[in-house]
Amino acid sequence: MKTEKKLIIANPKLCTGCKSCEIACAVEHSKSKDLYYASLETPSPIQRIRVLLKDSYNMPVRCQHCPDPPCLAVCPTKAIFQTPEGFVLINDSLCAGCGLCVDACPVGAIQMHPELKIAVKCDFCVDRVRAGLLPACVEACPTGALQFGTLDELRSKARASTRTKFEEIISPNTLREMYKTVGWV
Amino acid sequence: MSGKKIENWNIVLKVPAVQASLNPAAQELIEKAEKEGVETAWHRYLAQQPQCGFGLLGVCCRNCLLGPCRIDPFGNGPQKGVCGADADTIVARNLLRMIAAGAASHSDHARDIVHVFELVAEGKTKSYSIQDVEKLLTVAKSLGIPTDGRDTLEIARDVAHVLAHEFGKHDEEPLRLIMALAPKRRKEVWQKAGVMPRAIDREVNECMHRTHMGVDADPVNLLLHGARTSLADGWSGSMMATLLSDILFGTPKPIEYVINLGVLKEDYVNIVLHGHNPVLSMKIAEVAMSPEMTELARKYGAKGVNVAGMCCTGNEVLMRLGIPVIGNLLLQELAIITGAVEAMIVDYQCVMPSLATLADCYHTKLITTEPKAKIPGAVYIEFDPANADEIAKKIVTIAIENYPRRNKARVYIPKHKSKAMAGFSVEALLNILGGTLDPLINALKDGTIKGIVAIVGCNNVKVKQDFSHITLTQKLIENDILVVGTGCWAHAAAIHGIFTKEAAEKAGPGLRKVCQALGIPPALHMGSCVDCSRILLVLGALADALGVDIPDLPVAGSAPEPMSEKAVAIGTYFVASGVFVHLGVIPPVLGGKKVTKILTEDIEGILGGKFYVEPDPVKAAETIINVIREKRRKLGWPV
Repeated sequence: MKTEKKLIIANPKLCTGCKSCEIACAVEHSKSKDLYYASLETPSPIQRIRVLLKDSYNMPVRCQHCPDPPCLAVCPTKAIFQTPEGFVLINDSLCAGCGLCVDACPVGAIQMHPELKIAVKCDFCVDRVRAGLLPACVEACPTGALQFGTLDELRSKARASTRTKFEEIISPNTLREMYKTVGWV
Repeated sequence: MSGKKIENWNIVLKVPAVQASLNPAAQELIEKAEKEGVETAWHRYLAQQPQCGFGLLGVCCRNCLLGPCRIDPFGNGPQKGVCGADADTIVARNLLRMIAAGAASHSDHARDIVHVFELVAEGKTKSYSIQDVEKLLTVAKSLGIPTDGRDTLEIARDVAHVLAHEFGKHDEEPLRLIMALAPKRRKEVWQKAGVMPRAIDREVNECMHRTHMGVDADPVNLLLHGARTSLADGWSGSMMATLLSDILFGTPKPIEYVINLGVLKEDYVNIVLHGHNPVLSMKIAEVAMSPEMTELARKYGAKGVNVAGMCCTGNEVLMRLGIPVIGNLLLQELAIITGAVEAMIVDYQCVMPSLATLADCYHTKLITTEPKAKIPGAVYIEFDPANADEIAKKIVTIAIENYPRRNKARVYIPKHKSKAMAGFSVEALLNILGGTLDPLINALKDGTIKGIVAIVGCNNVKVKQDFSHITLTQKLIENDILVVGTGCWAHAAAIHGIFTKEAAEKAGPGLRKVCQALGIPPALHMGSCVDCSRILLVLGALADALGVDIPDLPVAGSAPEPMSEKAVAIGTYFVASGVFVHLGVIPPVLGGKKVTKILTEDIEGILGGKFYVEPDPVKAAETIINVIREKRRKLGWPV
């Protein structure tokens, strides 16, 4: 496996579900790239990452930038393409809005833009990454649940991290576990 | 996640009705809502998932423009806000603001009743009058107001004067109602701990001051003020709301009523009274049931007018008039979803803004009546206690005129309804016991009844509706523990058949014997949420009669499904009054380890009560039973 490929990994144990990544993503993909102005833009900027709740754990879900992307395979207009870094991107001007990619995606990471009627998904903040910056979601994450780097970098970071002992912490996940007997979600 | 289906990016929200509520009528209507494509609180709760962990743990501070600041609960990120406040300071400040909001709500409700009481005392309204002169005299005497040979209204004016001053007086003297009604030993504890409240509004105001940027940063000092603020609510704000409501509308006596969504009637104009203050709801109920309005309803093709209560204003009216009641918090939206409600008339508190949207989907008119509680999309008709009859007539007429707009094809009224018994004010209890608490004290002493638990509070979508209320109540009565309570718990207990004399059969042998001898249910409905003050009076009277302090009594409190800030204030004034209090929903405090320890351990050493958090009602029942056993052991009573 190519170890220089950049990855974003999500650690559900550290995710508090604050959705800061969702807001940062929408702002990054707005015209102004500014929170206050972005909230006034038309069409409203939309996020390409979202935090889902699954089995008591919060999980930020976004495009996995598959090496062999099913969305790319089904795209009839060849709007979906791969960059040299391995990022899977959509060329807006080629997208016909047919929605085949939305159905093809195994993680549900592609959505149809409600106003522009084109497919929209995580672009790995390609411009930021090429400029040496962190992807917007990773930068916004207040607990380090989202991490960016190559597989080797992420591995060594994980090995070095000794600070957090999950068992001792009453996290949102633990809180939800406590409701298992009486709750319904 | 159950009930959440992911179809690509779009999430289809489906509420598993059977898992979301214990009430079969609610289950049917949740399914009707889904069929008709309208959303309920359960749907919006799913859409909110996951909820922000910083908020759940209480470590998000938005009190100044340096922020918002958040403390990383995992210890990797920031541990202090911009100002330097740590997790415990932030959690304590946030909790104090919740208590302030709860105390403010109860007490502002009380202020509105004092206002009506003043109008009556000064002869400025013909719509209300003094119904319970005896209670007025008792209150006056306890406040040291002379009563002999004086005119009733003259006494009322003096009482109104003293009570109105409870809100804003600026001296350092303790609140008059507390000095008059709280047990002696408690007052000494409060003086010693420095938590004796001075004025209702002042304590709330001081909460806001202390939690402003750069004021109080000491978690202990903040929490003690929370205790003081809550005491001003329980023993004065809520207390006067109860006392004056009794004086104006009558002190409740045992009364029978019917409850659940099945009380709505197919061929009648259905009016739902929702909110908290009896000033509005009692008048509407009176006018709606008048022959004049029945006549008008007939003219519009209905058989008559059916008034049903909802939430605590429902409690206020049912306790005194025995009107049918729909039930608790999470049934408010479902009432409209039946398609059979002509008007929902609301004042304030626990009224979901979503009602306006729902009313729009059906033919229902949502009518707001309070200048301080308007909802976009609702019809606003300001209620004026000085002209209450005319305004009530106007409101009821709107409801009746709306009857022809009902779409009969969309109506579905569940069949479920239960008979129940309510009206157990302190006076009614004493009357049942033969004028003195002695029979109850003797039953407690010899172990026929092991203890008393007060269960109060809301519904919360985080818990299967009514499940925790009912499970806990049943476990306790099976163990010979008398349950008393108020608010949305009372609706749950009534719907599930616990407020019947027959329910005594499910109680343990001792409690069963007592209930059957007295002809009462094993769990007693004491009123609306401000009427938790009635429970305080019973606790005080028991402690005084036994010559002990409230923490020594074999009693406990519980809010199995709390939701509102008012519930936080109630829980806190029970703890400050020396009661062990169980919470079934985790409050936003666990991000502050020191604060959590103070609330669940250390505070007992200062005030005699403490909090205990356990979402599982079966485990909670075990713990509560053990706490009561331990207190009995200390008193030397048989366990």
